[in-house]
Amino acid sequence: MEDMLFYDRMQFAFTITFHYLFPQLTMGLSLLIVYFKWKFLRTKIEKYNNAAKFWMKIFALNFAMGVVTGIPMEFQFGTNWAKFSELTGGIIGQTLAMEGMFSFFLESSFLGLFLFGEKLLGHKLHFLTGFLVFLGSWASGYLIIATHSWMQYPVGYEILENGKFVLNNFGALFSNPWLLPSYLHNQAASLVTSSFVVAGIGAFYLLNNKHHEFGKLFIKTGVIFGLISSLLVAFPTGDLAAKNVVKHQPATFAAMEGIFETETGGSEIVLIGQPNMLEKKLDNKIAVPNILSFLTYQDWNAEIKGLNEFDESVHPTNVPGLYYAYHIMVGLGTIFIGLMLLAAVQLFRRKLYKTKWILWVLMFMLPFPYIANTTGWYTAELGRQPWLVYNLLRTSEGASPTVSSGNTLFTLLGFIGLYLLLGMLFLMLAGKIINKGPELEKHE
Amino acid sequence: MELFWYIVLMTMLAIYVILDGYDFGAGIIHLFFAKTEKDKKAITNAIGPFWDANEVWLIAAGGVLFFAFPTLYASSFSGFYLPLIMILWLLIFRAIGLELRGQIQNKMWESIWDKAFGISSFLLALFFGVALGNVVRGVNLGNVVEGVSTHEAHYFFLPLWNPTFSPQAEQLGILDWFTVLLGIIGVVALTIHGANWIIFKTNSDINEKLKKVVFNLNFVLLGLVIISLLVWHIIEPKPFHNFLDKPWLFIFPIITFTGLFGLFKVRSFQQHGKGFLFSSLFLLGGLTSTVASIFPKVLPSTNNINPDLTLYNVAADEYGLSIGVYWFAIAVVLVAVYMVIQYRVFKGKMDDVGYGEH
Repeated sequence: MEDMLFYDRMQFAFTITFHYLFPQLTMGLSLLIVYFKWKFLRTKIEKYNNAAKFWMKIFALNFAMGVVTGIPMEFQFGTNWAKFSELTGGIIGQTLAMEGMFSFFLESSFLGLFLFGEKLLGHKLHFLTGFLVFLGSWASGYLIIATHSWMQYPVGYEILENGKFVLNNFGALFSNPWLLPSYLHNQAASLVTSSFVVAGIGAFYLLNNKHHEFGKLFIKTGVIFGLISSLLVAFPTGDLAAKNVVKHQPATFAAMEGIFETETGGSEIVLIGQPNMLEKKLDNKIAVPNILSFLTYQDWNAEIKGLNEFDESVHPTNVPGLYYAYHIMVGLGTIFIGLMLLAAVQLFRRKLYKTKWILWVLMFMLPFPYIANTTGWYTAELGRQPWLVYNLLRTSEGASPTVSSGNTLFTLLGFIGLYLLLGMLFLMLAGKIINKGPELEKHE
Repeated sequence: MELFWYIVLMTMLAIYVILDGYDFGAGIIHLFFAKTEKDKKAITNAIGPFWDANEVWLIAAGGVLFFAFPTLYASSFSGFYLPLIMILWLLIFRAIGLELRGQIQNKMWESIWDKAFGISSFLLALFFGVALGNVVRGVNLGNVVEGVSTHEAHYFFLPLWNPTFSPQAEQLGILDWFTVLLGIIGVVALTIHGANWIIFKTNSDINEKLKKVVFNLNFVLLGLVIISLLVWHIIEPKPFHNFLDKPWLFIFPIITFTGLFGLFKVRSFQQHGKGFLFSSLFLLGGLTSTVASIFPKVLPSTNNINPDLTLYNVAADEYGLSIGVYWFAIAVVLVAVYMVIQYRVFKGKMDDVGYGEH
């Protein structure tokens, strides 16, 4: 039975990881496109409208990839996690059904108008359709994270004798203390991805000596939005999200930070080190004393529980994976803030477009927010293991009872092949659009 | 409350079949009848701005199934594991076929995605018919082997086929001659439906030819429907008892046959939307008649050991179902508004929408 669970988990992990490469750009980029369009409406400078048009091409492609890889996610609750769906469907079904009704219809109805309706609608209505697509994609994120939050910190439920979770307070799903910090953290992170993509493409144009006007505009917009969003990811949203983990999932927090033993007189913050699971310690550790206690409790000497305080049965299943996911996310997040601060200073001094080395760094940084977003989600998901519903329902109890590992591996291999094809097509076509670049067309 | 959500779910599925059905049908027409670039363009333009929103009806119906009938969702999605995942793959190919075709102007590129769009549409029409066949035929709930359940009473798993292809075998498969018969009905009905949509929404050169196609295929459809009615008692000994108990249910078969017979006059219709109306009636009636025949069952059991799944024993609890009515009512109004806007903006003929051109 072990291998059954393994392939179910692999398939979900693979399909969700691949899927979320697209929505993180969709959500942030829709905001940036709406911003460009708004700038155009206000200033009537053609450049902004052309910038919006250019990014809409990338957006359309990216959105299509997000849609086609998103549908398997909803199906997989039933196909691979039938027991989980049966037991909790009365609760998470609410938020997932709401996502379909409130955000997918909104997005899909107005996307067509947004992409092909500029001439038909005029600029103001066109702006409005863009705004509605933005709203739909952010509503989708909200309802998914409401579902996610319930799994991390279940509220408003009771458990019947037959093991079913039954909703008894609808409002609690949305006033869940886990929800808002996670949502804002995630949305800010999605804006980080989009800002880095916009700035990175801008840097690519300047370094290639083409599309100067747009190159500068993209870098400037990307750096300003990138600085704001990277700061917001860390504080207050990341801080609040981490405090939720300390409070409600202390064993997870210990594993994330790499604390095997409770330290008296304040905990150090680990920068680098490898979890040694045999001897229950960190190898080759570099750490700064007392910082973690201060960040967590605003008290230099506060005690933070180590993994030794918790029974093995509630330890996160994959401690090293969780530790690395978290440290990669935090490390990259810190680098993003540093880079964007530096770029913003140069921008302010009107030297950024000539500071070649920063442009190179901006360009090569483009993939890294994707890694940070992915590892951030791994932190949340690996942190919840071995539970599907924290402390209440184990992952091993949630899989489909009748779907054998052979069938799951078959579909997993199919998904891998298909998604490799999708990934290559996306890169090829996005590369083509980027290489062609924005057009300096006059509008009619 | 269960009954309310059952009606909601069936309505959403019917809307899905009618809306995305014309997309599949258009794909099949595109595959077999569209010869010139202009015809192909006309067809993709006629569904381009809509297909994505149409597909959302499937996703939203899936969401409502999950939320209102979690046990049915869990049981059927895991039991029909393989065909469902394959439907997902086909939906992906259909979508990228439509979306990627216009990204590069190259004959080979375009013909690859044309085929991807057409073939996946054809197979999806077949699979959805087969799916309906599986639901009415029922499954071996609890995977009973030699009189003993090997799983919980509401779980099962079906392979793609069993060697006999018989709907009466002890170990059933997804594909047997009965479910394949319904699959073929699905293909024929949706081909007609898609042709009607193209006639409605384009000025394409093939429209006159499509009217003939609709007319001829309608004979095939009538024949297949009669055959299916003649053999229906094999999977359900008393196929019409619900209708005889509650005669008002005959409204559904009447809708079906109104649609079916109305289509024989397709060549004389003056308004271009009329054929589409009749094929929509046929799909609506066919789907509702079929589910009405097994009501209140939602997934019959083919063994005597485990009971049928009915809408009452698979539903979520009362509180959740009641509270759902509030947000659902708001959402329905919004969706209606979106649809009105969408269909008004793209009203009339759509040959020149320029879908997929970047």
